Amino acid sequence: MADRVEPAVLDVSHLPTVLFGIRSMTWWGIMGMMAIEGTVFLLTIATYFYLHSRSVEWPPHRDPPDLFWGTLNLCIFVLSVIPNEWYRRRARKGDTSAVRIGLVILSLVGILNVIVRGFELRHLNTDWSIDAYGSAVWMLMGLHVTHLLTDLVDTIVLTVLFFMPGLIEGKRFMDASENADYWYFVVASWIPIYLVIYWAPRWLHA
Amino acid sequence: MSTTTTPLTEAERKQAAQLERVWKEPSGFLGWFKVVHHTTIGKRYMVTAGVFFLLAGLLAGVMRLQLAFPEAHILSPDQYDQVFTMHGTTMMFLFAVPMMFEALSIYFVPLMVGTRNIAFPRLNAYSYYLYVCGGIMLWVAFFCNTGADRGWFAYVPLSGPDYGPGKRPDFWAQMITFTEVSALAVAVETIVTVFRLRAPGMSLNRIPIFVWGQVITSFMVIFGLPGVVLSSTMLLLDRTASTQFFNPAVGGDVLLYQHLFWWFGHPEVYIIFIPGAAIVSTIVTTFSRRHMFGYLIVVLSLVSTGFLAFGLWVHHMFATGIPQIAEAYFTAASMMIAIPTGAQIFCWITTLWSGKIVLRTPLWWVLGFFFTFIMGGMTGIFVASVPVDLQVHDTYFVVAHFHYVLIGGAVFPLFAGFTYWFPKLTGRMLSEVLGQVSFWLFFVGFQITFFPMHLVGLRGMPRRVYTYPSNMGWTHLNQVESAGYILLFLAVCVFLANVIRSKRHGALAGPNPWNAGTLEWATTSPPPSYNFLHLPTVNGREALWDAAPNQPVVTGLDEDTRSFLLTRTLDAEPDGKDEFPEPTAWPFLAAMATTAAFIGSIFTPWGITIGAIPIAITMIGWFWPKREPAERRRSREIWQTE
Amino acid sequence: MNLLAAVPGFTGNQTALSPVGPGAAHIEHTFSLIFWITSTVWLLVLTAVVIAVYRRRYTLEQMPPPERTTEASDRFAARAVGVSMGITVLLLFIMLISSFRTGHAIGTMNSEPQPLTIDVYGHQWWWEVRYPNPVPANIVETANEIHVPVGVPVHIHGTSRDVIHSFWAPNIQGKRDLMPGYDTDLMLQVDQPGYWRGQCAEFCGLQHAHMAFYIIAQPKDEFEHWLTAQAQSAPVPSDAQTQHGQQVFLTHGCVLCHTIGGTTAASRVGPDLTHLASRSTIAAGTLPNTTGNLAGWILNAQSIKPGARMPPNQLFGTDLQDLLAYLETLK
Repeated sequence: MADRVEPAVLDVSHLPTVLFGIRSMTWWGIMGMMAIEGTVFLLTIATYFYLHSRSVEWPPHRDPPDLFWGTLNLCIFVLSVIPNEWYRRRARKGDTSAVRIGLVILSLVGILNVIVRGFELRHLNTDWSIDAYGSAVWMLMGLHVTHLLTDLVDTIVLTVLFFMPGLIEGKRFMDASENADYWYFVVASWIPIYLVIYWAPRWLHA
Repeated sequence: MSTTTTPLTEAERKQAAQLERVWKEPSGFLGWFKVVHHTTIGKRYMVTAGVFFLLAGLLAGVMRLQLAFPEAHILSPDQYDQVFTMHGTTMMFLFAVPMMFEALSIYFVPLMVGTRNIAFPRLNAYSYYLYVCGGIMLWVAFFCNTGADRGWFAYVPLSGPDYGPGKRPDFWAQMITFTEVSALAVAVETIVTVFRLRAPGMSLNRIPIFVWGQVITSFMVIFGLPGVVLSSTMLLLDRTASTQFFNPAVGGDVLLYQHLFWWFGHPEVYIIFIPGAAIVSTIVTTFSRRHMFGYLIVVLSLVSTGFLAFGLWVHHMFATGIPQIAEAYFTAASMMIAIPTGAQIFCWITTLWSGKIVLRTPLWWVLGFFFTFIMGGMTGIFVASVPVDLQVHDTYFVVAHFHYVLIGGAVFPLFAGFTYWFPKLTGRMLSEVLGQVSFWLFFVGFQITFFPMHLVGLRGMPRRVYTYPSNMGWTHLNQVESAGYILLFLAVCVFLANVIRSKRHGALAGPNPWNAGTLEWATTSPPPSYNFLHLPTVNGREALWDAAPNQPVVTGLDEDTRSFLLTRTLDAEPDGKDEFPEPTAWPFLAAMATTAAFIGSIFTPWGITIGAIPIAITMIGWFWPKREPAERRRSREIWQTE
Repeated sequence: MNLLAAVPGFTGNQTALSPVGPGAAHIEHTFSLIFWITSTVWLLVLTAVVIAVYRRRYTLEQMPPPERTTEASDRFAARAVGVSMGITVLLLFIMLISSFRTGHAIGTMNSEPQPLTIDVYGHQWWWEVRYPNPVPANIVETANEIHVPVGVPVHIHGTSRDVIHSFWAPNIQGKRDLMPGYDTDLMLQVDQPGYWRGQCAEFCGLQHAHMAFYIIAQPKDEFEHWLTAQAQSAPVPSDAQTQHGQQVFLTHGCVLCHTIGGTTAASRVGPDLTHLASRSTIAAGTLPNTTGNLAGWILNAQSIKPGARMPPNQLFGTDLQDLLAYLETLK
């Protein structure tokens, strides 16, 4: 390399700057978070069943959690997938008004979930300090509540941002798409936790 | 030794000045809190982890003093329990992982893959502030006589509400929370950097082994840390919120704690070792002057070690009386993990055998690694066998084993790596003479200190004892071990003297003093705040050795913003562009809010619930966009085509 | 009583490498096999490293340009790595089989019917030892010393009364953790008479370092004799001094924690003292059982085992002497 040769170039000026899914940085961040939190959930579920294996009666000396509120929340979560998927797809097209509607709907849904969650917590039929069963049930609930609340705050903030035209740009649509992915995580993680908290004691009662 | 740099053309000088303007890191006191560049944060991690290493090392000296004389009264049992716990806890959580994984990953991975910053730079800054706050919290507690004192793994019920009064285990458990968030953040950043920000041409089979090591470590962090997240959270809840996870009287289980902890604890030691092995691959390559033999074998070995590490955890619990079939499985798995490690060792030896060996200080440290780590691996076979383990578990034999594998497998490579990369960090070479002196002092001192521990353990000395009777026959061995510490102490002093002196007066290094092959050597020493004047493309595994005569450079990124290139995961073909954030203080503010919440929750359950509010506020501030950059980006947007 | 002086320093007590029973003996075999194989491997690998570095070392100052590798050298390297891997797998397999066989041998020890069961309970920082018996009058309670008959398999049944401890007498058997909420069963057999020291091997708090015990193996008839004697209540004190000593015991804090069979002192917080004078050590193997040591322990246990559950005791006048005289009768 003795002479000064003009280096050959690889020109990337035509590449897109607004990318979705696996091509977006935020997607990878959310996936990383899902891997971490998913492992936490899995280990907590494993803890629940481990403690069950060390017990004679399950739940010990009381009724399992009441089915109604938890199942209601499950239904709300499952139904929310429809607006969630709709606005996620519209976000990839840059459809501002659709995303606005979608975010408002998901914010309201989230608030509804939180209210129902409040009722759930009052009908678990156990306290966390009585025994290990109670502690395990409340731990599972507590983890999910944390994600529910975090997602709700995220969604509300994003909704506000989408009503501020000066701040709307491609990045916001990427954020909206990923916000929908996070909601999927909240919904998907609820299904096994719901089954464990509400149905495992009924199925294991033998 | 240094390669000559071709002088810049006029155009290049202009470009450098423009990049300098755009990528400038903030200066001054307030600027310290706004930094987002990975090399700066990486250096902070190195210094902080280094300080914790020294502190924990001093504690070791105090322990060796107490143990040098039977029934000594230099430390009370309470003080000794705090000292040995703080030694282990600091070394594992505040030095080993932050240094081997976070510091090295943050500083070197973006450079080695050829990009301008690490993914999620603000998260990176946040992770540092959390780490340092957690460490400071633990040590302030220690200085207030509330130091952790239940061993670095703090088993229940000893650490639980009934037998661990006061706040000591609470500080321990919450320190874990700080450092775990920090490590998890860096793990995600590393994976994303390596999977999306590599230089064009750096397909998967051209990724440097060091980078592979850090990626694999990142995955281990992601799947392993949740174990200790749960065990420490459950411990805190049992102690502060009356949960009953570990109370056998009401259905809790003391072994639950051990399972959750060791689910993390075993991968943890590989999280510490794999970066060490990755450094060894780097040093062996450069100082044998040839490509690593068996690149695929080495990478697959690292991957399989990462997987297998998750299947071994019960070998820390052999003495609890597990069923025979479990014993058999975990013995077999614990022995089998020697196979991929052996594969790496044999590849290293064949690379050395067929290369041209340049014996400099970094390679001496690697030779010390071979001697020490392999011996540790051999004693690992002893502890992998259940019956033998039942005789050596919780004795000084196992103390010897893990110091041989951890110091041999991580600290020796760390010294090697530090000597190797010091010129890149500072622009100057370390003194070769002082390097040799510190190596030999450390190597000999290490053997004198730790080898006798095998013997005294086999003679019946359990671990974590603050003293021992004079008639057990352990006195002389303990005194030899304590004498060895003096050499280790001197070695570290000489090393520090070398660092301090060489920073000012060391020989100037130039960009590539070792004529090495990876991309961090393709820029100035130290690198500018924009890393590379020209973003490189890559033609082979050792980017600089395999470069084509006219290897292309990347153009077309915006020159007036912190623009960066995204490439595809498998083949590193250019895929898109994005923008790194400007320096900002929000990560610092969010970290302060988080620190307040975490520390508050040790004292009251409202700590988390009320503390969540400032955290939310600072995080919203962090993500809230600014009008002017948003408008600029909107005007230049190119949407992906479906 | 000062048998501790007769137990020498390093002639094999509390070491896994001087087995006196089948448990430790089986383990020692696997240990030796692993030792010889791993030492040899380590030596060979290190030799290869040293040779590799020495024969190709380059002595000039400049870093030479990187080498191009040849197909021939790569093939040689591949073969070398392959052969080494094969040997590694083979050796690991051998050690694995040995480990399984030892584990199995010890496992079969556990499943034999054992004539003698002894309960061991871990406390912070002493060992409660109980010889159960269907006849309540024959139940023996003692502390920190476990007598066993020579050559007879003994079933140790254990748990912890507080935190996790670990029961470990290396000359005899591998260790086993004693954990609250878990009942543990361990088999051991001693084939050689003598005093075999063991020590707690799981960090259990402030005095983990001073929680030792002795397994005392005796010929069968001596053991039976000892067991019968231990089942007796304490003798009634016969002279004025020992009677006064008993009064001191019963009117001071001692009764809050200790039992002496045949008296009103029946607390189970601390060790049973009915046959204290028959034991060779006190404070869980920390001190030889001499009058002087006992005096120091009673007056201020905290100076010997800081953090121990036993508070200091203030004794005036002849109280201490008389108490000691009484305790000496508790053989």
